[in-house]
Amino acid sequence: MTADRSRIRVADLLAEALAGILQRPGRTVLTLLGTVLGVGAFVAVLGLTASATGQISQRFTELAATEVTVEEIPAADSSTGPAFPADADQRIEQLNGVRNAGVYWTVDANKAGPVTGVPLPGAPTGAQSVLAASPGLLRAIRPTVREGRLFDEGHERSGDHVVVLGGAVAARLGVTQLAHRPAVFIDGTAFTVVGIIADVQRRPESLLDVIVPSHTASVLWGTPKQPPKMLIETRLGAARVIGSQAALALRAEAPERFRVQTPPDPRALRDGVGTDLAALFLALAGVCLAIGAVGIANTTLVAVMERSPEIGLRRALGARPRHIAAQFLSESALLGTVGGLLGAGLGTAVVVLAAISREWTPVMAPWTVAGAPLAGLTAGLLAGLYPALRAARVEPVEALRR
Amino acid sequence: MTVIELHGVGLTYPGPPPVPALQPCELTVRRGEYVTITGPSGSGKSTLLNLLGLLDRPTEGRYLLDGVDTAPLPERERTALRAYRIGFVFQSFHLLPHRSATENVTLSQLYRGTGARTRRREAQAALERVGLGHRKDALPSRLSGGERQRVAIARALAGEPSLLLCDEPTGNLDSATADTVLELIDTLHRDGMTVLMITHDTGIASRAGRVVSIKDGVLTG
Ligand SMILES: Nc1ncnc2c1ncn2[C@@H]1O[C@H](COP(=O)(O)OP(=O)(O)O)[C@@H](O)[C@H]1O
Ligand SMILES: [Mg+2]
Repeated sequence: MTADRSRIRVADLLAEALAGILQRPGRTVLTLLGTVLGVGAFVAVLGLTASATGQISQRFTELAATEVTVEEIPAADSSTGPAFPADADQRIEQLNGVRNAGVYWTVDANKAGPVTGVPLPGAPTGAQSVLAASPGLLRAIRPTVREGRLFDEGHERSGDHVVVLGGAVAARLGVTQLAHRPAVFIDGTAFTVVGIIADVQRRPESLLDVIVPSHTASVLWGTPKQPPKMLIETRLGAARVIGSQAALALRAEAPERFRVQTPPDPRALRDGVGTDLAALFLALAGVCLAIGAVGIANTTLVAVMERSPEIGLRRALGARPRHIAAQFLSESALLGTVGGLLGAGLGTAVVVLAAISREWTPVMAPWTVAGAPLAGLTAGLLAGLYPALRAARVEPVEALRR
Repeated sequence: MTVIELHGVGLTYPGPPPVPALQPCELTVRRGEYVTITGPSGSGKSTLLNLLGLLDRPTEGRYLLDGVDTAPLPERERTALRAYRIGFVFQSFHLLPHRSATENVTLSQLYRGTGARTRRREAQAALERVGLGHRKDALPSRLSGGERQRVAIARALAGEPSLLLCDEPTGNLDSATADTVLELIDTLHRDGMTVLMITHDTGIASRAGRVVSIKDGVLTG
């Protein structure tokens, strides 16, 4: 007979806890609210951060990651001459990791004068921009040639009067095909159209320009008022190294005359999103969850007070203090877990809706969703500790007297 | 075979001031006996019942339950004795308000680790036994006072205790309803249950085979 021990099955303990929180559904729902909001906020912030980061890495394509630009910083006195040396393309293309590099500038409209082609009846004579570009630049913008070819170093060296046109510009200037070696006129000077490009992957505004070899342009129209720029196409992963070497390679004695722009480090970009605002929101979510836990603690403590006759009865029926503690701890843990589950649902819904409204792909780490009920459970357990201790200390004789 | 043996058992509530609620007393209750303890309010009846039910410890004397000295037992084993040997019936029923009659009755075997199905089956049998087979799923709020006390008695029975302790079981009932409850207790006694009932009503006390009276903490009879 001494083998008779007080004990309760885990399933029965949970069933009693469930019955305990279901006996006051209204109060349970209100108690859950804090945890739902807290956990929901956590899930939403983590999910939104992950989605935003995913969005950035999608946009942050290989194209952007392999692009370095160099600008000339306008000199204080004009006597210093152009910053880019004549052999700028060769100097940069020598660097290990560079695919193509080229200098370009927009030719001053008042120097180059009007651009005309084979006049069409009634064709608009709007202003046409002229771009001076080295052959390296033409390659670096990754054009799709529709007809003809790009001008090359040969044209550049001999200062040939040749142009490359974007498709729309060609149409406007009445150039339809290259078989008859058509020409366009810039300030009255004839330029042979050697190629028409359908599309470019970089610097899309080039499609609207009449593109002239840079050497030809400087011979004809001199140094530009707008300082030239350089576009460098690197191999994947080399952009930052090239960025650090470019200014020195161009002008070892005065690298400070250039401003070099490299693509941002994708990791830094991600961390940047993860810090500032997200940290603030996570802190708020933490506060919310803490308030939720306090709510659970409060409700459970009130329940312990109210149900002290029940505790006395259970003790009389053979419950040990630890059984009583376990029951109230289970009730608070159950509240926390249910709050966590609902919060995970709410947070996920917020992330999905926000992503849809911004046309993003919703991204959520599995542990964010799986961890939410766990966070609720932890909050519930912590919240239940003190009420459970109080419940375990209820004296059955006192409790039954009522 | 004795169920209860008290040897010089007394209890003084520690003050200040100390209250000698029960003077050292002797009492023996044999298996199958029906004993009532009667006395005016404040005479120490509940104090005695709490000692017999192992809800409180005496400040002196020895209490043997089913021949086992309960004094040296740790709290854990006293709790186990409550779970397996003692059935309680209280004046205010102490039913859980949000649980059905059956669920209330199953509680008496909850802390024995009995499986839910067995508890349910035995709870329903106990409800049949107290004549409430038709109210198995009713909530206490839907039951009359007499029915509630019968549910409480079913709860005490379902565990098949060796001792049924009743503290003024009809104190909250009108006399007609009280009679049905008392008749039920009579029946249980006839079926072999050892019953110890507290009452301040001498008329009710006389139904039992043996009446013990208590006054100012002194047990006589
Ligand atoms: N916890 C306690 N502390 C001090 N005195 C108590 C306590 N419980 C009961 N008493 C006193 O002990 C005496 C007996 O009480 P009780 O056994 O409840 O009487 P009855 O049940 O016969 O009405 C009363 O005088 C009561 O005031
Ligand atoms: Mg009393």
